[in-house]
Amino acid sequence: MDGSVERGGLAACPACAALPGVGEVAAGGAAEKELLLSLPEIHCAACISGVERVLAAQPGVASARVNLTLKRATVEAEEAVEPGALVAALVAAGFKAQELDAGLLSSTEADRAGRDLLMRLAVAGFAMMNVMLLSVAVWSGAEGATRDLFHWISAAIAFPAVGFAGRPFFASAAVALRARRLNMDVPITLAILMALGTSLYETIHSGAHAYFDAALSLTFFLLAGRYLDYRTRAVARSAAEELAALEVPRAVRLAGGAEEVVAVGELAPGDMVLVRPGGRMPVDGVIVEGTSELDRALLTGETRPVAAAVGQVVSAGEVNLTGPLTVRVTAAGKDSSLHRMADLVAVAESAKNKYTSLADRAAGLYAPGVHILSALAGIGWFVATMDARVALNIAAAVLIITCPCALGLAVPAVVTAASGKLFRKGLLIKDGTALERLAEVSHVVFDKTGTLTMGTPEPVNLGDVPEAARRAALSLAMGSGHPLAVALTGALRAEGVLPLPVEGLREVPGYGTEAMAEGRVLRLGRAEWVGAEAGEETATWLSVDGAAPVAFTFADRLRPGAAEAVAALKAAGCQVELLSGDAPGAVARFAGALGIETFRAGVLPAEKAARVEALQAGGAKVLMVGDGLNDTAALAAAHASVSPATALDAARVASDIVLLGESVAPVADAVTMSRKAVRRIRENFQIATAYNVIAVPLAVAGMATPLVAALAMSASSITVSLNALRLR
Amino acid sequence: MEILVYLIPISLILGGLGLGAFWWAVKSRQFDDPEGDSRRILSDEWDDQPRP
Repeated sequence: MDGSVERGGLAACPACAALPGVGEVAAGGAAEKELLLSLPEIHCAACISGVERVLAAQPGVASARVNLTLKRATVEAEEAVEPGALVAALVAAGFKAQELDAGLLSSTEADRAGRDLLMRLAVAGFAMMNVMLLSVAVWSGAEGATRDLFHWISAAIAFPAVGFAGRPFFASAAVALRARRLNMDVPITLAILMALGTSLYETIHSGAHAYFDAALSLTFFLLAGRYLDYRTRAVARSAAEELAALEVPRAVRLAGGAEEVVAVGELAPGDMVLVRPGGRMPVDGVIVEGTSELDRALLTGETRPVAAAVGQVVSAGEVNLTGPLTVRVTAAGKDSSLHRMADLVAVAESAKNKYTSLADRAAGLYAPGVHILSALAGIGWFVATMDARVALNIAAAVLIITCPCALGLAVPAVVTAASGKLFRKGLLIKDGTALERLAEVSHVVFDKTGTLTMGTPEPVNLGDVPEAARRAALSLAMGSGHPLAVALTGALRAEGVLPLPVEGLREVPGYGTEAMAEGRVLRLGRAEWVGAEAGEETATWLSVDGAAPVAFTFADRLRPGAAEAVAALKAAGCQVELLSGDAPGAVARFAGALGIETFRAGVLPAEKAARVEALQAGGAKVLMVGDGLNDTAALAAAHASVSPATALDAARVASDIVLLGESVAPVADAVTMSRKAVRRIRENFQIATAYNVIAVPLAVAGMATPLVAALAMSASSITVSLNALRLR
Repeated sequence: MEILVYLIPISLILGGLGLGAFWWAVKSRQFDDPEGDSRRILSDEWDDQPRP
């Protein structure tokens, strides 16, 4: 169905009319594969058609379809088509694109569950409307045989419809009862079944009141709540999966002199792994060949690169900067330090799961309450009238009236509205109770490197350096892929500095670059290498044939929105703290610039977690914002946690909220929005309670006709939903 | 009241048609990309119908 539309679309698309063979490929059913591309920046109709046209024009592509909701393109192409080529074509056309690992995305599975729920919702909705139509006729005065006919038709619609649509509730209630627990679905199931049962009994005996419409609208409103809940989670999950799928975990293994690309999971201790400059260490190991520098910022928070030479131990997660390194694997997979950290996270996670959400707390009060109330009403009427039929009717009416429609919608409606708003601001809520926990936050602890800074250096003293040195530095820096060199090149170019003509430019891995100019040796690199004394600041040094070396000092670039976020959080009444693994001088200057009074430097990973725990032991609720492996334990220990999308996998997994954009300003928005959301949820509970306070006495008094039940139920559900939409 | 003999089946059939249409729409994945579909309507390009 889908495919035929696509292929038809291709035939009509002018861009591919000139492309012979596309039609044949599709028709012939040649070996095809499905590729997924992430398109983070598309936003309009022109983007959609632009991307589809570019992709369709690539040789071997059978069809391409953009999904704007997921910001993703699905491409059906021949086996030989390389995703890299498609990405390059899109980037050349001005669309940012990245390959996604299709194996990590379980979208089809999620889609099926969502569609299933939507179908049940639709069946309940359509059945409800038809039965309501008949019920209105009964309420407006149909009598005798007509009323009975209407009741019978209603029964014929309601029974199969409820049987199909109510399955999620019945199944969940059965599971709960088997485990000897009470959950929200037990009273729901009981209410639906009792409504149907007593109504059928009344219909058989030509009774005046039947609650078929109530049973259906109960199912419908509750399913609506479930569906909203599901949608929010599905969106968050698919986005989280997408983040994981962006990093395709592969490693280059050296086996008998040949290089082969393997999945990181296949590596075993003793294997030789080649890590190219710019690559991340996939495993723990020992360097057996090569010299380079390592960036450990994600593990320790330290910004300054560390020299790496043969015999040095490396841990998974470190980034190789300059020269290629051959590493002998000492621990892979489950034993590597990354994984051990992930285990720590799992322990802390289970503690976090103990948090009972507002909805659970409400259900805990509600479920036993209605059962007792309804049973008491039934017994009371039986004692008073000695009429089992009346007593059962009253008991059913009480269950229906107290239906948790409003309760079922109260939380999901608000959470859907709030997380939708936050998602548009670039915040991804991963956990269902995250909003509630975020609303209670009183302390915010930030990590420095990579969280409040971009983790990319920026030269700060260019103005103090003589022109000749700047020209020489530019020529040398252009020869290296080292982050400091790249930053220097960019900054000098931006100032309009022209490179000095040099000869024999070469990079000495682990040290720097070297070249000849006008018969003199120029060197740019590590302090020891050029004969200078290393200071406390991050710096690279330039030496010209023995003359006193010149330092280029660097500072980490501030993440946009950092100052705003700190100011807004303070305004919201939160205590802000900075914990960093970096050197004291850098941290103090940085904290001063942002207006953070409390800060600590040189903090070890375990100390970060300990600090968070100490704060929480003192009654504070901590929001931890961090990105590195050194933050992971703290992220997991904190009451709520946020990590940027550039964070290490383990850190993202440990946090409740992921910042998708570059700016950290949305962190403050998240805190204020979550407080508003929780206020709305509480209001919704109050509204639901108010309805019950009015309706329950009516039901117990036996005055709750099906009309009253229908009015109360719809009115409370709609008020609750509208209240959720008020969220700004 | 004889009119009910016609009216009730008609109302049921109409409701059933609506449900059928919705089922078809879900099945043919028309709810997969609501945001994209709301923009595609503005695009000059068309797919298989009408053919030029």
